[in-house]
Amino acid sequence: MRNIPSEEIENAVYRLAKEACLNLIPSCKAALEKAEREESGESAKFALSTLLKNAEVAAAESMAVCQDTGYAVILAEIGQDAHVEGKLFSDAVNDGVRRAYEDFRFRKSVCDPITRVNTADNTPAAVHTEIVAGDKISLTFLPKGFGSENMSRIYMLTPAKGVNGILDAIEETVKLAGSKPCPPVFVGVGIGGTFDTCALLAKKALTREVGSRNPRKDVAEIEEAALKRINALGIGAQGFGGKTTAIGVSCELAPTHIAGLPVAINIQCHCVRCAKTVI
Amino acid sequence: MKRVKLPLTDEAISNLKAGEGVLLSGTILTGRDCAHKRICEYLDRGEKLPFDFKGETIYYAGPCPAPEGKACGSCGPTTSARMDPFAPRLLDLGLKGMIGKGERSGEVVNAIVKNHAVYFAAIGGAGALYGNAVKKSELVAFADLLSEAVYRFEIEDFPCVVAIDCEGGNIYKK
Repeated sequence: MRNIPSEEIENAVYRLAKEACLNLIPSCKAALEKAEREESGESAKFALSTLLKNAEVAAAESMAVCQDTGYAVILAEIGQDAHVEGKLFSDAVNDGVRRAYEDFRFRKSVCDPITRVNTADNTPAAVHTEIVAGDKISLTFLPKGFGSENMSRIYMLTPAKGVNGILDAIEETVKLAGSKPCPPVFVGVGIGGTFDTCALLAKKALTREVGSRNPRKDVAEIEEAALKRINALGIGAQGFGGKTTAIGVSCELAPTHIAGLPVAINIQCHCVRCAKTVI
Repeated sequence: MKRVKLPLTDEAISNLKAGEGVLLSGTILTGRDCAHKRICEYLDRGEKLPFDFKGETIYYAGPCPAPEGKACGSCGPTTSARMDPFAPRLLDLGLKGMIGKGERSGEVVNAIVKNHAVYFAAIGGAGALYGNAVKKSELVAFADLLSEAVYRFEIEDFPCVVAIDCEGGNIYKK
């Protein structure tokens, strides 16, 4: 068994929040550069070049890439031989979030769902833990903006709908979202599991590199086919019309029930921010 | 890109065409979900608002807190569609311009035409660039709403695209 002081977790979350909110991940930046090169429409090209310029300014001046520094989502894989000493794990995570959002002047965007009163420190974070083998803790920090989160959907399809039904669901979600979620979007798709685990798979899909492919060939084919369909919609950057409506589609899979085919589509705007570390 | 001074004049509005790139300079108010709800509650009660939005341009945004030495933190636009239930009422009462991101409802488009107003699309996600274009920031009302409060900004060369013009020209309906 390995002892890990809770301060290490808190400090790691603090650093990850900073890294994630100030930078686009390199695969996102590369995808936006490619989209900008290939775009011919004047307004869409302007939007894409503005976003690339913005990323440079944000990194150089330590300003948040996007003012929506998000709901803090933390995906943690905890080795079953690791023992956290001190604070509760989730308290350590929330303390890291609280300190980072204050110190780096990030926006506090979490509120009571009914009264809408802001919690004023961007907590609680959404903490998802999974117990894995080993004695390490791996942490992934995803600041999730809600312009895109609001456009996400879950479908409980029948098994007969099959792959085509999955593709229809993905296409419909992006089409309905239109210009609202800051396209070009990055689309995370969960396929299978239950109502709840399917949604989490979609979220996990958004922590992959933009443009990466699922190792399962048939799933990678769904990713490619979905991307093709989405980019044929012509929504384009910011909804100004154009070739690139999505910069990537990532699908994650889990076995499901014989009676169902859950499909969750989690939309991420073009501002793909994600940071990871292993303790 | 065409330079446009704020507050907008009727003549300036007439000359803006959907799809055109513009650099906005002058003063704007900020307001998003909670501020809109509250403005309409004031109007429902027939109470006087703590600020006048007649002739003004409103920016759908909730900024990050200002870092030291800057007027404003990261401050890009939020999704305008969430303000659609409130916008026609504000336009009928004299609001002239809106800045946000994404398409608007048919009701908003009609209210823009009816009231000779304009809707600008800022580039969603370009928060750092827009934050730097804010030269002065002053809290106007609803301080308890934190980032959702109403601020008055002085902006300089704020890049936008005319999204819906006063004749109903609409970049999202090409």
